[in-house]
Amino acid sequence: MGVYALRRLAQSLVVLFVTSGLVFAGLYLVGDPVEILVNPNADQEEKLRTAAALGLDRPLLHQYAIFLKGAFSGDLGRSFVFGQPALEVILERMPATLELAFLAMLISVALGIPLGLYAGLRPHALGSRAIMAGSILGFSLPTFWVGLLLILVFAVQLGWLPSTGRGPTEAVLGVPLSLLTWEGLRHALLPATNLALFKLSLIIRLVRAQVREQALLDYVKFARAKGLPRSRVVGVHLMKNILIPLVTVIGLELGSVIAFAIVTESIFAWPGMGKLVIDSIFQLDRPVVVAYLMVTVFLFICINLVVDLLYSALDPRVRLGAAK
Amino acid sequence: MSAVLAVEGLVTEFSTREGILRAVDEVSFSLAKGEILGLVGESGSGKTVTGFSILGLVDPPGLVASGSVRLGGEELVGAPEEQLRRVRGKRIAMIFQDPMMTLNPVLSIETQMVETVLAHERVGKAAARERAIEALGRVGIASPAERLSQYPHQFSGGMRQRVAIAIALLHRPEVIVADEPTTALDVTVQGQILFEMQRLARESGTALVWITHDLAVVAGLADRVCVMYAGRIVEAGAVGQVLDAPMHPYTRGLLDSVPAAAAPGARLHSIRGSTPSLARLPAGCAFRERCEKADDACASQPPANDREGRRVRCHHPLC
Amino acid sequence: MNRDSPLARFARDFSESRLALAGLGLLAGVLLLALFAPWIAPQNPYDLAKLDLLDARLPPGSKAGPGLTLSMYALGTDGQGRDMLSAILYGLRVSLTVGVTSGVIALTIGALAGVLAAYLGGRFEQLLMRVVDIQLGFPAILVALILIAVLGRGTDKVIVALVTVQWAYYARTARSAALVERGKEYIEAARGLGLSPARIVLKHLLPNALPPLIVVATVQVAHAIALEATLSFLGLGLPTTEPSLGLLIANGYEYLLSGKYWISVYPGVALLATILSINLVGDQLRDVLNPRLAK
Repeated sequence: MGVYALRRLAQSLVVLFVTSGLVFAGLYLVGDPVEILVNPNADQEEKLRTAAALGLDRPLLHQYAIFLKGAFSGDLGRSFVFGQPALEVILERMPATLELAFLAMLISVALGIPLGLYAGLRPHALGSRAIMAGSILGFSLPTFWVGLLLILVFAVQLGWLPSTGRGPTEAVLGVPLSLLTWEGLRHALLPATNLALFKLSLIIRLVRAQVREQALLDYVKFARAKGLPRSRVVGVHLMKNILIPLVTVIGLELGSVIAFAIVTESIFAWPGMGKLVIDSIFQLDRPVVVAYLMVTVFLFICINLVVDLLYSALDPRVRLGAAK
Repeated sequence: MSAVLAVEGLVTEFSTREGILRAVDEVSFSLAKGEILGLVGESGSGKTVTGFSILGLVDPPGLVASGSVRLGGEELVGAPEEQLRRVRGKRIAMIFQDPMMTLNPVLSIETQMVETVLAHERVGKAAARERAIEALGRVGIASPAERLSQYPHQFSGGMRQRVAIAIALLHRPEVIVADEPTTALDVTVQGQILFEMQRLARESGTALVWITHDLAVVAGLADRVCVMYAGRIVEAGAVGQVLDAPMHPYTRGLLDSVPAAAAPGARLHSIRGSTPSLARLPAGCAFRERCEKADDACASQPPANDREGRRVRCHHPLC
Repeated sequence: MNRDSPLARFARDFSESRLALAGLGLLAGVLLLALFAPWIAPQNPYDLAKLDLLDARLPPGSKAGPGLTLSMYALGTDGQGRDMLSAILYGLRVSLTVGVTSGVIALTIGALAGVLAAYLGGRFEQLLMRVVDIQLGFPAILVALILIAVLGRGTDKVIVALVTVQWAYYARTARSAALVERGKEYIEAARGLGLSPARIVLKHLLPNALPPLIVVATVQVAHAIALEATLSFLGLGLPTTEPSLGLLIANGYEYLLSGKYWISVYPGVALLATILSINLVGDQLRDVLNPRLAK
């Protein structure tokens, strides 16, 4: 297990490295680095000075080295719009995005697993068919459009929930979170539900497919032949086998949800990383865009790594090696 | 001697695209205490479904349509699920063919054995664990306490089957239904398991229904044998009598097909034709189209013919 | 058509789901509307001369001006007086064109790459699959975002982004299918007979990879359409001269809070109908073409 973990870690570092290289190459070769990293509103003289200071007249590899060195020490450029280090700007808004993503995943898992279980165990019941039809609808609905509809219905027409913004925050271990207050939850409910819809449908379908596949296997029959109550056959035997691939998917979907928050945050004016990066793209605040990409890629790599390790920890066949 | 298991007119049907198929067609047999019954047939003869039907484990689209299964006087067909659950694993247990697939790969052996104990008795976990260790020891697994915490994939095929046997014996059931438990194992291991099962059955007085396609196994192990073809029992009787002097042409065909029965260098015998699919059974005797003795009389279902403790379904029995 | 020919059997299996048949009907309707948009639309929404600003933001059913072939604005008008029905029909056309085009290109690239990887094996296969795995570990929207940020805006760049996001799925599916096929004996026989690799790949491996690829294609095209709509909504997608449904929805965003819902809602319905119908068909295709899940 230790060797496996080390190998995955090494792989992750390679991926991080390669991605940084791609982002770097993309920005420096395709775009005009002066345009990208220097404030476009600066005059010609200042541009030249900044360009020299940033080492843009040096050979490409040298520049990449400088970039990497900066990256390691947390310096990914300075935001034009905010006048702060880009990384700082991103990190300030990360908790907002993470709590939205977390709430969305919670909703989709808490609803998705029971619904998927039911649909898998009783595939021909009316409820199951409704659930499956609903799930196709769920992942066909364009997320951003649903967001608009949610605002229209719940905020404009019914006035139950606020349409934009994040609720009041409280600091927990130094990190400002808004989910701990009722007001905060009210603000987060619509955007989180919006984000959750697609994932909910995916999870329902995945759980159902897994249940239908696993329920036919011999170990289920054997468990029943031993006289185990149905609750245990489903709740322990079936669930443990389903949970293993499920955990993998949930982990990967978490990364996807963090990325997709870009859309939801824009619609609901939720002050997270996503909204920031869209604004930055339009305001040509490219250091922030670079910082966002690097941070998100890093997040994904971490998530992928954790999921991999979790998988091997959960599945005893992987954990303990092959048969004797 | 009253029967510990009495199966009477059991019918199990499957709803398929091609219509309703009878996988088990009026099967009847009885089992006395401590008796070993061999249920022999080719694949597709309905022997496995018979086993499942006895325990009420037939899943849709299959259904036990009619008949009776009495376990020591208790009727199992049509019984409520909770009653069946209490009987399964405690009074009647089942062993499946492939132990890799029947033991849950992600749960430890301890979990799978302890839960079986706790499903039927109110004992503490520690006591259940002790029972498990003792059961593993009885089936010949060395260092049972250590092996408890391991997982199925860490055992060899033969060991896994021993674990399955141990689980079956946990509550000292009256009947064990064993569905081809040695087919998936190496020949050498097969012999060991057979020996173990015979010994354990004799020791605990457990009756055994041994489902197999292998006549040799039946010859060495069983007291009585039932031969199945296309869902029906075509011949039944004491093992010695049936194998020495078979009455049904199919049984004769099976015996002749065993390679050891042929003279060295001679052509191997095989029953001409092939097993019919259940959807396309000939009217009357299902074996008609492959039987040398078939004639017009065979267009009607042959009645069960009981003679001197033996039973045969044939219009033209061999003796 | 022979009763039991593969095509007849396929049609019969497919028709078992009424939902899928409904989806197929809906899809056919959507495609026809998009195809004939220039002829059935009451107005050409790109012709700025015909637009009357005084007719802006009218609710559905309002009386129409002279620039229309209908007497009323069936679905209302947008912020510039454009007839919503016409805008939606043309938008449908754009969305479908971009989605299907990118799907076809991605399919071609991915299928060839995947099948080649299965055939050649060795380091090429390892490298390709490594790249595929890494790319599939990143969410599509992020990859698309990076590309648009680097390449800039424009229809061709959006298509490049969509192709890049999709090709990996096709490659992985094609490779799996081709691997199964390659293991079969007749391929060994073909190689022994000296058939050229190109022939083996094109005539044997590729056709057998087709059924799973088709299933993947339906899902991917639906995703591509949704992704393009999302990008356009964010302002990072197609240019405003060729408004896709996403852009139409975005245009209506500002009017939402004042209750002028039709500018955003109806294009969304059209988008939903498109994606939903593709998914319904694709779902049933998967059940029919995948033997493992046969009920």
